[in-house]
Parts: sequence; C-alpha cells; structure tokens
Amino acid sequence: MAYDIQTWIKVAAFTGGGMAMGFGAIGAAIGEGFTAASANEAIGRNPKLSGDIFKSMLVGQAIAESASIFALVIAMMLLFTKFSAHTLTPFVLISAGLCMGFGAIGSGVGSGFPAGAACKGMARQPEVTGRLTTNMLIGSAVCQTPAIFALVVSFILLFTDFSVRPVSPTWAAILGAGISSGLGAIGSGLGGGLVAEASCDGVARQPLTVTPVTNVMLLGQAVTQTTAIYALLVSFILMFKSFPATDLLAPPMALLSAGLCMGIGAIGPAIGEGFAGRSAVAWIARNKEHIADLTRLMLVGQAVAESTGIYSLVIALVLIFVV
Amino acid sequence: MAIEGADIVKAAAFLGAGISMGIGAIGPGVGEGMAAAKACEAIGKNPKEAGLLTRTMLVGQAVSESTGIYSLVIALLLLFVV
Repeated sequence: MAYDIQTWIKVAAFTGGGMAMGFGAIGAAIGEGFTAASANEAIGRNPKLSGDIFKSMLVGQAIAESASIFALVIAMMLLFTKFSAHTLTPFVLISAGLCMGFGAIGSGVGSGFPAGAACKGMARQPEVTGRLTTNMLIGSAVCQTPAIFALVVSFILLFTDFSVRPVSPTWAAILGAGISSGLGAIGSGLGGGLVAEASCDGVARQPLTVTPVTNVMLLGQAVTQTTAIYALLVSFILMFKSFPATDLLAPPMALLSAGLCMGIGAIGPAIGEGFAGRSAVAWIARNKEHIADLTRLMLVGQAVAESTGIYSLVIALVLIFVV
Repeated sequence: MAIEGADIVKAAAFLGAGISMGIGAIGPGVGEGMAAAKACEAIGKNPKEAGLLTRTMLVGQAVSESTGIYSLVIALLLLFVV
C-alpha cells in the first residue's frame, strides 16, 4: 500500500504538531505550579504583602509560559501551513515539532524557580522587593535562551529549502538537528533556573550582597548554557553542511546518532553545573568575604562536570566529519 | 536498494556510539555537579579548609567521571575498532 507524498506530509505535520505542544506543555506547567506554590507559602507567612507577591507571581509565571507559547506557535504552524511536496518535508516537520517540544521543557521548569524564590523573598524582606524582581527577571530571561535556540532551529528547519539536497543522508541530518537542539535545551534551562533561584533567595537573606550574588549568578548561568550552545552548534552543522548522496544505511545513521549523542549528552552536565552554581551563589550570599574561594571552586567543579558534555561534542563531531 | 549486512552492522555501531556517549554523559554530569555543590557549601561554612575541600572534591569527581570515560571508550571502540 503506497500513499502519496501529501498524505505523509499531513501525517508528519499532525504528529509533529502534537508532539511540539504535548512535550512543550510539560515544563511551563511544572515551573508555574512551583511559583504558585511558593507564592502561597509567602502570602501565608506575610499576608500584608499579598498584592506585591501576587504581582510578581504573575510576572514570573508569564516568563515561564513563554517557552510553552513558542511550542504553541510551532504547533499551529505545523497544523495550518501548506508545505512543499518533497520527500524530505515529512522529516522536517517531525524534527521541528520534536525540537520545539523538547526544547520548551527545561526553560519552563527552570524559569519557575527564581520566580518562586522571589515570592518567598518578598515575604521575608519586603524592602528589597524591587531588587528581587530585577534578579528574578534577569535569571528567568537567561533560562529562556535554550528554548529560543530550539525555536530558532525549528524555524530554520521549516524555512530552509532542502529539496536540492540528496534524500539520503539529509533525512537523518534533519532529524538529528532537531533532536540535538531540542534535548540539549532541557538541562541548560533547568540548570540556569537553579542558579537564579539561589540568587533570589540570597538577596532576600542578605540584601547587602546583591552585587556579588548577581555577578556570580550570571557567571554560573553562563556556564550552564554552554552545553545548549554545543547542541546548537551540532544542529547548525547538520542543517547547513551538505552531505554527499549515499545508498548505504551507515552514513545517515552516523548523522542521526550525532544529534542524539549531543542532545542527550548536554542534559546531565548542565543540570550538574546548575547544582554547583546554586550552592556557590547561596553561600556567597551568607559568606561574602570568601567570594574568591567560592567562585574559583564553583568554576573548577563546573569545568569537571562539563567534561562529559565535551566528550559528547567530540563524539558527535567525529560522527559527522570523520567516520 | 538492497541493504547489505555489513552496512547494517556499521549503522548499528554508529548509532550505538552516539547513544553510549549521550546517555553515558548524563550521570557523571549530574553527580559531579552535586559534589561541587557540597564542596561550595563546605567552604562557605569552613573557609580555612579550602585546599583540603578542593582536593577531596576533585578526587570524588574524578571517580564519578570514570563512567563517562567508559562511555567515551565504548563509543570510540564502536566507531573505530569493531
């Protein structure tokens, strides 16, 4: 039973759209639930400030929601756009849906952490409300970058003309590109959120430490974002490099495997770096005199955690360029 | 197109290499992060022992790293040897 290409394009678009919104809904909902839980706890402790806390809960939730909205946009595009009839189009649609769906998970959960910590901090120290909001906004914005990487890759996949490329192995490169950026965004979103949570908590405990806490937060978050950037790099190579046509099975599998390797491999190091960053920021807030020791130790610990992410990058690049 | 046995074996080796390194990188990354987090906490509480704590953290992380290196070795074996 052979179906024509239009049937396959519809199948892929609907499956991809469903996966984009389904996976994309997980993270933001968890993050927003965490924020709301913290806001309730905070209002219970200090009911007089319910107005401020309520406002910052909504602002924090709106930021966490943006990752899900990206997924909604991609899902709508997949459902209602008319795509060109080409053998590679179904792969593009599935890949774009997977990329944005996975890519929204980490950023949604991660953005909920600083918002929750900011709500609790306001109840504890009402006079630093303004500074807490600023830290929450900066921290959550950094958490959103991996979701934006995934959105960019999804858009590039949807709007690139792959019809001039050979079907095999380009189909695997397309799938690999989406999987790499999508899965690679999970850890960085989560890790960045953990660091930002500690900074909001720290500012509320020790308002005088706001400058070092914010600086180290940004440093720690930057390190957690590196693995998402490796994943983005692998996606770009897979999308823009043209691979010679082949009838064999091994070359396309190498490209798919490169995307899987970098995508999955980016999750763990970024979460681990987030733990290290959270602890360092929390203790700089309590023990400002030892900022140098703590920052150095955080960076050394994060560098060691990063190593497995770099191994994944190396294996992915070997799979693309060497074998 | 006819797919030959050797081609399937090679394809499986490539896929296995990627999965080995990808999934194998999760555990060490998270575990080493936890070690670094506790080391930061300990230095925050007891800054005089920074040297000892850094050494202990690095040794612990090196042990935790070993499974990541096993994954790397298996991935390289799959790519270049078998």
